[in-house]
Amino acid sequence: MTSLRRQFDRLSHLFLPLSVLVALLTINLVKGADYFKITMINGVFYGNIPNILFGASELVILSIGMTLVTAASRGQDISIGESGAISSAIFVQYVLNAGEVTIWTILAGFLISCVAGLVIGAFNGTLVSFFNVQPMVATLILFLGGRSIAFIIDGKVSPILANPISNQIGTVIPGVPIQTPIILTAVFIVIVAVAIKTTNLRLYVEAVGVNPSAARLNGINPKKVIFLTFLIMGVCSAVAGFIAVNKAGRHDSVNLLKFIMMDAILAVALGGNSLAGGKFSITGSIIGAYTIEVLNRTLLRLEVNPEAIKAFKSVFIIVLMVIASPVVRALARELLDKARAIVTGYSARQTGGLNKAAVSITDSSAKKEG
Amino acid sequence: MQPEIILKMEGICKSFPGVKALHNVDFVLRRGEIHALMGENGAGKSTLIKILTGVYQKDAGQVYLEGRLVHFKSPQDAQNMGIGTVFQEIALCPNLTVAENMFIGRSRGAFVNWKQMNESAAKMLNSLGIPASPTQELASCSIAVQQMIAIARAVDMDCKILILDEPTSSLDEDETKKLFALMHELKARGVGIIFITHFIDQVYEISDRITVLRNGELIGEYLTAELPQIELVSKMMGKALSDVSAIKKHEPPKSDDSVPVFEARGLSSATGVRPFDFSVHKGEVNGFAGLLGSGRSESVRAIFAADKVTGGEVKINGKVVKIRTPLDAMKQGIGYLPEDRKSDGIIDELSVRDNIILALQVMKGFFRPLSRKQAEEFANQYIQLLEIKTPSLDTSVKSLSGGNQQKAILARWLLTHPMYLILDEPTRGIDVGTKVEIQKLVLKLAAEGMSLTFISSEIDEMLRVCSRLIVMRDREIVGELSGVDLTEQNVMQMIAQGGGE
Repeated sequence: MTSLRRQFDRLSHLFLPLSVLVALLTINLVKGADYFKITMINGVFYGNIPNILFGASELVILSIGMTLVTAASRGQDISIGESGAISSAIFVQYVLNAGEVTIWTILAGFLISCVAGLVIGAFNGTLVSFFNVQPMVATLILFLGGRSIAFIIDGKVSPILANPISNQIGTVIPGVPIQTPIILTAVFIVIVAVAIKTTNLRLYVEAVGVNPSAARLNGINPKKVIFLTFLIMGVCSAVAGFIAVNKAGRHDSVNLLKFIMMDAILAVALGGNSLAGGKFSITGSIIGAYTIEVLNRTLLRLEVNPEAIKAFKSVFIIVLMVIASPVVRALARELLDKARAIVTGYSARQTGGLNKAAVSITDSSAKKEG
Repeated sequence: MQPEIILKMEGICKSFPGVKALHNVDFVLRRGEIHALMGENGAGKSTLIKILTGVYQKDAGQVYLEGRLVHFKSPQDAQNMGIGTVFQEIALCPNLTVAENMFIGRSRGAFVNWKQMNESAAKMLNSLGIPASPTQELASCSIAVQQMIAIARAVDMDCKILILDEPTSSLDEDETKKLFALMHELKARGVGIIFITHFIDQVYEISDRITVLRNGELIGEYLTAELPQIELVSKMMGKALSDVSAIKKHEPPKSDDSVPVFEARGLSSATGVRPFDFSVHKGEVNGFAGLLGSGRSESVRAIFAADKVTGGEVKINGKVVKIRTPLDAMKQGIGYLPEDRKSDGIIDELSVRDNIILALQVMKGFFRPLSRKQAEEFANQYIQLLEIKTPSLDTSVKSLSGGNQQKAILARWLLTHPMYLILDEPTRGIDVGTKVEIQKLVLKLAAEGMSLTFISSEIDEMLRVCSRLIVMRDREIVGELSGVDLTEQNVMQMIAQGGGE
């Protein structure tokens, strides 16, 4: 019973993203009962659910990095789309200049793009942790200049990535029934989970995010921890860029991962994380990211005019954020307490009277002593 | 003649999930009276105050303000009805001027008449004898003056009742005197003052009446003059006092000839503390005495490398070592409980478990996390050992009482098994019972062979615990006292005169 309750407390922060997800799925079910239907075409699963998992891949990976950056630095990285565009431009150039494309070319290109991601992360991280620039201001630099850099690396408009292996990474590998980006995302999540399990990343990041001064006096170097989260963010951007460019089959430096930082920040908030840093839940952010994808697709499915989708999304976010705000939460708790008080009120009143008598006796005897 | 009753609280009840914080508590405050509200941590003082100031809503009971039944729905409500509060932590804006702080949020329109504001602030400061200028930036005032300005702000809002929650905990003696003068002035004006403090001497110095709470229940209301101190303490603790007076200073082993556990030569830090020599032997408890700002905290921070160390040589067991960061110090077996629990000690949102294992975990390293089971075992062990009152290991440490938070930090350092532990004001702002427990623990640890440095603003506490006192003044060591010379008189004299002169 108590352990059940503890389990519940631990999972209570997932209540918001999960309930939103369930609500959205319900809407979709009402719209058409075949929503969950999965069909197999040419040995690969297709349907709404696989499409959601496929579409949200990049966002899920980015929201993991954003969660860590937010928790440690108490700010957000707004250059993630641009970082992804730069690192994937390097990947594309490596592959295009490699001559014959083998799996090893792709792998080497991927690793080089990850190094590029690390360099970008180190740049942002240095500004934030060692020069104390606010994260949003520090990352504004690459947000503004990143796409130009990606374009310069491209050397021309939208170089085409036409090789069978890239195609397989962006879509499906023959003989595997699940689309490759879904698998890559799952692998990435597992790696992150293992990293968190086998290191003190969570404790360090949370300690620094909650109270950097106390963390420092306990031997943690807050600068290093914040720097580390930006490095991780850089790798996340590179992986997301890799998936995005292979999906698209060409490197569009202007539109690749455009404005995805907004969705990533939203995913973090939706996951019950405070944007002011501190304790974090990566699970929450991942659910938040998928929820955003479901929302996008739901609006499309409800035949909302594509031009109007953003407005609908805004309204949805307003409602969500109001529901999740401390004000409404406190109100809900108060109502809950009142309901509980009505149930237990009778018995409390009974014992209350007795105790009052006891208190007045001690009081008067105490006065006599004095 | 019975003075006029200004506030009457009757049968106040308040529970939180799982805890009865207040149970049928009555409280009466008269006009022009200084009324001390006493009790250990968790006795319900803060809950009662928060109900009175509208922060919490009571579950049952009535509040009468000047005979009228009132109900405070919000802090704003309480303020409008003339209840002013000054908390332990000053809730002003340090980057604004004194006058701005006094009038912030109170102008009726969008425009401010700066001249008029500064003039009325000056008048107010003058009449209360507060040594500050209206146009001065608040951060440039001493903590005591900031405290007084917070009071002036509360008083100026036409308050009938002033609540002072631990106002003196960060003030030195002289500053406290000034604050008391201000309180007397307000008393003469007919303000009813509720005074909460852990300093029993101060209660007797200034209060007229005492109300004692214990475990959320009213123990009684007494005239201060008629309640002996010893009885007050036993009422607060609910037990006879043999425990409190039983602490006897243990004599450290004579070890002057042995190699000190820790030794510093010419140590200095970026805080401007003068280079100093210092050493501590095995099983010794020593302390840094001095007024607030004398450099005692800065000195121990330099030992732990909490501030940037700018010079000096450090030896551990006779071997020269480099201590450049807190982690270096921790690896050499030094632990440090910082002066400011809230901002430097606890990681408030994290669980009790994480707070306790933090230092040990960091020493083990980034890539070697304790398993959940291990962490829970360690935490549980020290929760039992130090009798930390917490609903569970997963409770966030900020929801514990001050004393229990402090114990959690103590547990954190004890878990690392330090050979030298520095405790800077470990007993500040915590209840008498826990205070005694901590003092006993310090002596027990020393008897087991640990070396400790113990700092406290209360000299008698240091005399009780330390066998050697290093006296500081103006960021410089002015002398050292031990053995028969170690008396309150001598310490005072040394602080006042600056050693040999």
